[in-house]
Amino acid sequence: MVVRFRFSALKQSRWYEYALRFFLGGLATVVAGVVADSWGPAVGGLFLAVPAIFCASATLIEKHERRRKEKKGLRGKERGKNAAALDSAGAGLGSVALAAFGAVMWLLAQETAAGSLAFATMVWLAVATLLWWAGRHARIVRT
Amino acid sequence: MEHVIRFLAGGLMVSLFAMIGDVLRPKSFAGLFGAAPSVALVTLSLAFWKRGGGYVSTEGRSMILGAVAFAIFSFLVCQLLMRARFSALAATLTAAAAWLAVAFGLKQVLLG
Repeated sequence: MVVRFRFSALKQSRWYEYALRFFLGGLATVVAGVVADSWGPAVGGLFLAVPAIFCASATLIEKHERRRKEKKGLRGKERGKNAAALDSAGAGLGSVALAAFGAVMWLLAQETAAGSLAFATMVWLAVATLLWWAGRHARIVRT
Repeated sequence: MEHVIRFLAGGLMVSLFAMIGDVLRPKSFAGLFGAAPSVALVTLSLAFWKRGGGYVSTEGRSMILGAVAFAIFSFLVCQLLMRARFSALAATLTAAAAWLAVAFGLKQVLLG
């Protein structure tokens, strides 16, 4: 299956849903900074991989999918849970890539600032995509 | 003032990654962006500027443990949704407690 964009999905969200994500994202970043300032970088670093907005995102995905399926006369509640679970499975793979991001920063941060951040982001995207592709490929081979 | 910059930059970065996740299909691929390094990019950029590479390196090492806790969090959310039929909010809030326990537990065991 090819990865594609569905820009109409942006219309499903209301303005307050975007505001909520902005607020939670900002709050998580402030908390990560305050924790690091108060208890040091070893504790603060844990909060760089906090599932900050995942609660809001999963709830929104469940709600949007339920609404979409119920409009078509399908069992929206079940579909909503399934969609949120699928998103969570994807986030599980993403978290492995997040660990790779952390590892790059651990090893390269003392060499170059901008370079390590850029390289770590590329490694995150590459590892996440590779794991997702491998997961799909393994499923296709099994069936 | 620093907290305001953190809040605005963090909010923007998280919103940007969340919107990319919204428009991507299939959903399993979009889910990868639920674990995007959005908070990390802003926090580490500011840490480089304020504290230097050594401090950022220590944060990066701990981030690996946080990410392991995130993987367990995601697995738990999946199980609570599919097997226990929790709502998304109940599942994520329950699993968030597990994230805290695993992240701090790993830090204590491995880093002291």
